[in-house]
Amino acid sequence: MMQIWLITQRELQSFFDSLIAYIMIVVFLVISGMFTWLYGSDVFFVNQASLQSFFAIAFWTLFFFIPALTMKQIAEERRSGTIEMLLTKPVSEWQVLWGKFLATLTLIGIALLLTLPYYFTVWSLGPIDHGAVWAGYLGLLLMSSAYISIGLFASSMTNNQIVAFLLALFIGIFFHLLFGFISANISGLAATVLNYLSLSTHYDSITRGVIDTKDILYFLSIIFMGIISAEAILVKRSVN
Amino acid sequence: MDIIVDGITKTYGLQHAVDNLSFTVKTGEILGFLGPNGAGKTTTMKAITGYLVPNTGDIQVGGISVTRNPAEVKKHIGYLPEHNPLYYDMPIIDYLGFVAGLHGVDKKKIESRVSEMIRVCGLKSEKHKKIRELSKGYKQRVGLAQALIHDPEVLILDEPTTGLDPNQIVEIRELIKNIGKEKTVILSSHILAEVEATCDRILIIHNGKIVAHGTAEELRRQAHGDELLLIGLGNTERNEAFLALKALPTVSLVDFSDENSSTFKIQSQPGQTSAKHIFNLCVEKGWYITRLTPVETKLEDIFREVTKN
Repeated sequence: MMQIWLITQRELQSFFDSLIAYIMIVVFLVISGMFTWLYGSDVFFVNQASLQSFFAIAFWTLFFFIPALTMKQIAEERRSGTIEMLLTKPVSEWQVLWGKFLATLTLIGIALLLTLPYYFTVWSLGPIDHGAVWAGYLGLLLMSSAYISIGLFASSMTNNQIVAFLLALFIGIFFHLLFGFISANISGLAATVLNYLSLSTHYDSITRGVIDTKDILYFLSIIFMGIISAEAILVKRSVN
Repeated sequence: MDIIVDGITKTYGLQHAVDNLSFTVKTGEILGFLGPNGAGKTTTMKAITGYLVPNTGDIQVGGISVTRNPAEVKKHIGYLPEHNPLYYDMPIIDYLGFVAGLHGVDKKKIESRVSEMIRVCGLKSEKHKKIRELSKGYKQRVGLAQALIHDPEVLILDEPTTGLDPNQIVEIRELIKNIGKEKTVILSSHILAEVEATCDRILIIHNGKIVAHGTAEELRRQAHGDELLLIGLGNTERNEAFLALKALPTVSLVDFSDENSSTFKIQSQPGQTSAKHIFNLCVEKGWYITRLTPVETKLEDIFREVTKN
């Protein structure tokens, strides 16, 4: 446990030292704020206080931001050889991966925390469905966790950050868009399976305010699958 | 803690990086690991630290198997990997504190351990800098400091003095020697003089196999089991002296050492010495000896001899 926490701390420190954290937070707040207040279903016209447009845009911004955060996390350690330094200490691959996972999730958590003023201002405009808002935040956190895990998996495959970034996006786009898209255009068992695999299906059902164990289980499976696969790759110690 | 390497083999594809290698290092001993590039030194060291798992064979550190219980073994090992990987974005103090924490050093003791390592490794003047800003020699010291931070019983150093200037090399050697009195140390190097100066025992490996093993003294004797003398004679004629020397019973080989003068290289029969016979011969013939030196085999020669294909 101690080891995981130490790695999380170090990773967070490195996010903030390298300005990545500040840039990510500022860009995220600007984009999501702009869309919440100016574009899309404009809060001043729909006659109902809601954060739907914020959740819709965060769904996409996080999809692109997370691979940018995770891409260096393993790939850079492999390139510079520090992964060897780390894994010859009394630290397991498992602890390294969870440490990094938690660091990225914490950063996303901080970014989301800073969007709470949006929530409070919208609230002051009129009645708001508080349950739906909190469910929306939970949905964003779960989705982020799933993509962090996929990002770490992609990053552990290579020692090139750009390859890790593109690979994470490539895997992610299936869950984010393609599975849902394909399942809508076909029928039968395949459609059901793909519809289940589609992350947006589960995200939508959570943001509607229905927190179902089935959806939670779906996200947890992706998180664990990603970390377990990344661990398997790290254990193999392949050189490229 | 003793290190027992017991018949490890590690293959990369079809290539045997390490081929059924076995050796033992005892507590208080410094073992020097020599070999040409790609001989399997680094692979062996990675296997001892638990980073690579050998295909067959086992390694025991202090009686604990590395393959079966790597987590336990790692606690007792301080390791300086090849190329000395470090987190360049961290300040030295933070980095050493981080490594100490990973090793489970007591929170209250971390600060004092870190400052002790900074003192021992001569990093005082640089301690607030980020690792990125350090010169190569100082980075190497940080690498050594992180290997020593938890006061390990076993120290594995993969080329610890690369990139250091001669003064630093001497300092680091002294440091390793001091540490090696109570601990078990394995270090690899390309510099033969360094291994000779620092290590109690030398192991030369080539193509993943041990080709020579022993103290520097023993290696010399093994490589040139037979006595080799360089002798210069005066008041004589070259060819006559050559034939007379060749006729001596203890001499196996005589060779001219250069073109003109009466200087010869004489190799004795195995286990025998020819000095006495040569002297008697000279007395008898009325020659005088201008020089008589035993030829020391240099470690470089041994190295080249055992590692040529």
